[in-house]
Amino acid sequence: MRAAVAVFPGTNCEHDVVHGLTSLGGDAELVWHRETDLSGFDGVVLPGGFAHGDYLRTGAIARFSPVMAEVERMAREGLPVLGICNGFQVLCESGLLPGALIANRDLAFICRFVEVEVTDTDTVLTRAAELGQRIEIPLNSYEGSWVDPAGTGRIALRYVDDPNGSQDGAAAVANRRGNVVGVMPHPERGVEGLLGSSDGQILFEGFLRSPVMA
Amino acid sequence: MKVTVEITRRPEIADPQGTTIQRALTDLGHNDVVSVRVDRVIHLDVTGEDPETVRTMVEDMCRQVLANPVLEDFTVAVGE
Repeated sequence: MRAAVAVFPGTNCEHDVVHGLTSLGGDAELVWHRETDLSGFDGVVLPGGFAHGDYLRTGAIARFSPVMAEVERMAREGLPVLGICNGFQVLCESGLLPGALIANRDLAFICRFVEVEVTDTDTVLTRAAELGQRIEIPLNSYEGSWVDPAGTGRIALRYVDDPNGSQDGAAAVANRRGNVVGVMPHPERGVEGLLGSSDGQILFEGFLRSPVMA
Repeated sequence: MKVTVEITRRPEIADPQGTTIQRALTDLGHNDVVSVRVDRVIHLDVTGEDPETVRTMVEDMCRQVLANPVLEDFTVAVGE
C-alpha cells in the first residue's frame, strides 16, 4: 500500500506513523494539509498532535483543511482511512465517524500504556488481529473520552480498564463499512520492542493489507 | 454589528471541567452550589445592516463550525 500521512499545522506524530508503516513494508509519504490531490494513494492516515492548535474544539478547524475533501472522497470510495488520537478527533468533527471526543473523565492528561481488546475484526485497523486479542499500546491524550449520543458507533477496540470515561469503553471506533477508523491510543508508538511494545504492528499490518471495503 | 454567540454543552453530555470546579467550590465551603457547567461565548463583529440577515448568517456559521451538533446547542444575540 502507498499511504498518505496528512500533516496539519500542529501535527506531531507524522514521522512516527511513517516509520511504523514503512518498517512493516508499507510505502508512506507525508502530505501537507493544503494538498488537494491524493489520487496516487491507496489509503490515508491522520496522525496525532494538535492540528491548528486545537482551537475552538479539537479537530474543528482541521476538518476544513483542503486535504479533507480528498480524505472524504477516499472514505466514500471505501479506501482505508485511519485517524490516530487527534486524527480521530478530526474524523469525528468531519462527520466521517459518529460521536465526538471530550475531556477525560478525571481531567487528567493520560500518558501511559493501556491494554485494549479487539472487539470487531472487520475494520481496516483490526482485520489482522483476532477477536478478543489483547494489545498494549500508549495512550497520550486529554480529550480522549468518546461520546456517541446517537449510539451508532461500531467499536473496534475496547479498553480493558477504561481510563478516560469513553462510552462503552471505546478505544477505537469505525464507520459502518469499517473502512474509516479512529483510534485514541497510538499504534505507531508500539511497533518495536525498543519502544516498550510491538503490539501496534498487528494494527498497522491490518491497515496496510486492507482492500477497498464494500 | 456586534453579535454574541453562546455555545452550551447539552445537559446529557458530561462536563468534567464543571464537575471539577464544583468540587473545588465545595472544598472552599461553598456548599450551596449544586451544579457548575462551563460554556463558551464568542463575540463577533459583523458587517451588515439588517439584524435578521446577520442572525441567519451567524446561525449558519454555528451549524457549520462554531458549535458541534453532537455535543452542543447555541444561541445568537445580535446587538447594534
